[in-house]
Amino acid sequence: MEQRFVYADHSATTGVRPEVLEAMLPYLKEEYGNPSSIYKKARSAKEALEKARGQVAKAIGAKNTTEVFFTGSGTEADNWALKGIFEAYANKGNHIITTAVEHHAILHTCDYLEKVRGAKITYLPVDAEGFVKLDELEKSITDETILVSIIAANNEIGTINPIEEISRICHEKGVLLHIDAVQAIGNIPIDVEAMGIDLLSISAHKFYAPKGVGALYVRKGVRLPSFIHGGDQERKKRAATENIPGIVGMGVAIELAVNEMEERNKTLIPLRDRLIREIEEKIPFAKLNGPREKRLPGHVNFSFEFIEGESLLLLLDMAGICASSGSACTSGSLDPSHVLMAIGLPHEIAHGSLRLTLGRENTEEDVDYIMEKLPPIVERLREMSPLYEDFVNGNVQPIIMKK
Amino acid sequence: MAMMYSEKVMDHFMNPRNMGEMEDASGVGTVGNAKCGDIMRIFLKVDEDGIIQDVKFKTFGCGAAVATSSMATEMIIGKTVQQALEVTNKAVMEALDGLPPVKVHCSLLAEQAIHAALWDYAKKNNVTIEGLEPPVDDIEEIVGDEE
Ligand SMILES: Cc1ncc(COP(=O)(O)O)c(C=O)c1O
Repeated sequence: MEQRFVYADHSATTGVRPEVLEAMLPYLKEEYGNPSSIYKKARSAKEALEKARGQVAKAIGAKNTTEVFFTGSGTEADNWALKGIFEAYANKGNHIITTAVEHHAILHTCDYLEKVRGAKITYLPVDAEGFVKLDELEKSITDETILVSIIAANNEIGTINPIEEISRICHEKGVLLHIDAVQAIGNIPIDVEAMGIDLLSISAHKFYAPKGVGALYVRKGVRLPSFIHGGDQERKKRAATENIPGIVGMGVAIELAVNEMEERNKTLIPLRDRLIREIEEKIPFAKLNGPREKRLPGHVNFSFEFIEGESLLLLLDMAGICASSGSACTSGSLDPSHVLMAIGLPHEIAHGSLRLTLGRENTEEDVDYIMEKLPPIVERLREMSPLYEDFVNGNVQPIIMKK
Repeated sequence: MAMMYSEKVMDHFMNPRNMGEMEDASGVGTVGNAKCGDIMRIFLKVDEDGIIQDVKFKTFGCGAAVATSSMATEMIIGKTVQQALEVTNKAVMEALDGLPPVKVHCSLLAEQAIHAALWDYAKKNNVTIEGLEPPVDDIEEIVGDEE
């Protein structure tokens, strides 16, 4: 097969789709008014802002559009939810429960709250497939607990948590629930009313809208202080002149993503399962990370024993395939990804992980191409590996058993 | 990510020199461990005059680990064992037109792998190499104290 370009890193980010760009362009060109201004030119910007808010509210099943606040990113939404609730509910307690497999936007915020602000943080363990342990959640809630924050779908291994059950446990005990739905929106159904979610983080660039825009849903009645002080924007809770083009793009993109989800998943899920199946058939000593069911629709993550992830990514890049890895070399530290550690992978095979996340533009031909390139690349790195040599010479036993 | 490596590093990563195993090597050294994500093994063939006739390597690790191993093998072929000891990680890095700061440890590992192979050679052949320290990071020891 000829050299192709295959973007298989949709969990990292996505490209802006044409309909979204089209909707944004007027707000970068002629409709540049500041929504806070009084004249007619600004009114269209204000209307666009409120229309987008309505689109986001509808997409997540919010009762009131006023429950949606635009932010500058998913990271900001996560920070606001945690720091805001910690501050607003200080009279009730200082205990926050989260999981060991959250995005750094949650983990590093918790770390800050613990070290600088005196919060007590519980990091719930997960099982071998990355599901949060519900009995541990139930046991961890105390009178001091003010918030439970749990990832809806994991960015590294694709595990989809049982949000309804988590919500039931939280609400039986009268604790607020924040859900980081950054990876979930547009991939799986999210309904804040039906699921009983009090706060929800969203990031636009994961569903074919631009980077640098996100939203925080805050259920009516939940106390949340202002996060950025300044003007009156976002009902005085998040000052700053609104990123109108980005917000317009986000509104259109979330509507498209949610409307098309069911139809798209009819092809995306089989494509994912084909990629998983063929990797398992063609590459020995490969282990699927995360579950087979209750897994994000385009999400594939494997560990390949005896090789290291960064080398794998470099060779895939040379072949025109964009992917990512949880190896230490790509995390910039000596330890492999905290998620792979939390599901109990030994370091040796956590270093050899590969994440391929498919999206709306990927085709069967892309999977053909990945399957043409990936097995010889893994083979080539094994040829180079002293660990593989030791295994071939019978000096060590593999951790991942041969299929 | 590919952008953070120099062209030389990418060249040695894509076309590693002297990669492979060696039968009846005069000395073999393995350093690093799978836990921190890098393992290097160097095989030496040394003649009676103490000149390194051939070198092979195997590496488990990132692009920089492969490239430094490859470059290090090139730099010691044809040298005496004493001269090989003087090939520092700095020299390997310079020959590669530099490494990103987080990858400097890879070049140290390459230096240690050469030392470990020289140590093995010296031990097996009862020769002394001036200034050579016993390898500390040998894989055998690390496998032994796995948690
Ligand atoms: C689960 C999760 N939360 C939060 C974020 C951060 O979002 P943003 O990139 O908009 O800051 C990401 C992005 O990678 C994510 O995957």
